[in-house]
Amino acid sequence: MKIKQLSIFLQNRMGSLAKPLEVLTVANVNIRAMCMADTSEFGILRLVVDDPEKGKEALEENNFLVKITEIIGVEMNDTPGGLTTVLEIIKDNLIDLEYLYAFTHDKAGKAILLLHSDDIDKLIDVLTKNNITIVSAEEVYNL
Amino acid sequence: MFWNEEIETMPRQDLEELQLKKLQATVKRAFDKIPYYNKRYSEAEVFPEDIETLKDIEKLPFITKDDLRESYPFGLFAVDIKEIKELHSSSGTTGKPVVSGYTEKDLDTWAETIARGLTMMGIGEEDILQNTHGYGMFTGGFGVHYGSHKVGAAIIPISTGQTRRQIEIMQDFGTTGLIFTPSYGIHLGEVALEDGIDPKTLGIKAIGFGAEGWTEEIRQRVEEIFGAKAYNIYGLTELMGPGVGIECCAQKGLHIAEDIYYPEIINPDTQQVLGENQPGELVLTNLEREGMPVIRFRTKDLTKITYEKCECGRTHARMSRITGRSDDMIKVKGVAIFPSQIEKALLKVGDAEPHYMIIVTRPGTLDEIEVKVEASHELFFDGIKEMMNVQNKIEKSIENETGIRVKVTLVEPKTLPRFEGKAKRVIDKRNLH
Repeated sequence: MKIKQLSIFLQNRMGSLAKPLEVLTVANVNIRAMCMADTSEFGILRLVVDDPEKGKEALEENNFLVKITEIIGVEMNDTPGGLTTVLEIIKDNLIDLEYLYAFTHDKAGKAILLLHSDDIDKLIDVLTKNNITIVSAEEVYNL
Repeated sequence: MFWNEEIETMPRQDLEELQLKKLQATVKRAFDKIPYYNKRYSEAEVFPEDIETLKDIEKLPFITKDDLRESYPFGLFAVDIKEIKELHSSSGTTGKPVVSGYTEKDLDTWAETIARGLTMMGIGEEDILQNTHGYGMFTGGFGVHYGSHKVGAAIIPISTGQTRRQIEIMQDFGTTGLIFTPSYGIHLGEVALEDGIDPKTLGIKAIGFGAEGWTEEIRQRVEEIFGAKAYNIYGLTELMGPGVGIECCAQKGLHIAEDIYYPEIINPDTQQVLGENQPGELVLTNLEREGMPVIRFRTKDLTKITYEKCECGRTHARMSRITGRSDDMIKVKGVAIFPSQIEKALLKVGDAEPHYMIIVTRPGTLDEIEVKVEASHELFFDGIKEMMNVQNKIEKSIENETGIRVKVTLVEPKTLPRFEGKAKRVIDKRNLH
């Protein structure tokens, strides 16, 4: 159920995104979704890829600092208010979200929302009880 | 103008005789009264009676900052604590600090060296001297203070900081002499200009500066800003404090008070004593100190010495301004910092083998330090908040260790240069030497 996301430490300077992406290209690892959190000096590149272990290995071989972080993906309606519905539930249950990002894929009318919280098990529990579909990790890897 | 004409213009032969007598007495006292010297000299099989000429000083082993530190706090005192009138301590905070103890006579000797210097700078009883050196354990403040008393000037013990108040006092009190570190002096001048006050109109006659590295360009800048000559003052807590060397009106090197300090220049690698005008590390010996005679102290400061008589008439040797260090110490905002302190601070935050680089800059007039640290698994979290915390923790740890605020930047692994053998951890972009 939990998705293994790669978190990569990068310095915030021109071109610093190019190298890790090149490493993944060479390793034939495909990116499903990404987001970047940054400060003026450094950033954390977060990637969902088709093969997290392989991606981590390739990046580490090239001296990147990589951590595998667990996140979850939930299905939401790709309509106005779709995101709010999910977030309301999380808020009402007093769960502090660290970050989130979303993407659409070829499933019509649906989008996938990726979520991270320090208490991920509680998050899963709450969403399940509220009939939110949590997508399996394999589904996201193999989109 | 001389403060002590007889001594300051003494023919070199007479001066050397005087030095020899004082050296012999100092070595004998140290050997008799201080277990450290007794042990070191006995081990080296050199004894006070072996000092028959000045050159014989070379038989004596050197003493280093580490030796002084190991004797913390009073291990190198030659007198009972009841004879000690004042205690100071070095500004650097690597491990244990170095303590300096002064008897009544030592304080007078210290004041004598500064009095000679202030006289060289043209400061006397008519003058009002504003001392921006910090008072406290740092010797800069009090050394100048006592010297000022001796020449009869009115001293303003304002210490560093409160820049606008400094300017106000300069105007209201009619300050004629200033003591500052060059970078603080430039800052002071710039703040005055910002406030619409031209420092040149303040009537400053002379400036004494030291406690950090500077170049001729910096001196010119200071002199232009204040419309007064700026004179270099050199000294170190281990030996007494400021006043070891001070520039005269010729501004062609600092006169070492040679009847009080015996200077040598050595090759820092081979420890061979070098001749006149050869650049190397300055080694100093107290010739006139009761409380804590220090013999052959390796200052790690690089300079050279000339014995040629100065155009001012003084015969005492002149050292050129310090051009660098023979170790990796850096002076930032007047405070001595060693890369090892940064390393220690990083280890405390929990990285097993920190890779780091210290970059010192002076974007405006004040020093800034950036410490680049390679992020590692221990220091990497999947959250900006946590990462900022890591940076803050490292910054705090370094501040605890060094007393200096730094900016920490985390960089990617293996992006800092690797070194075979001795690492070069410091990039000093201030261009001071």
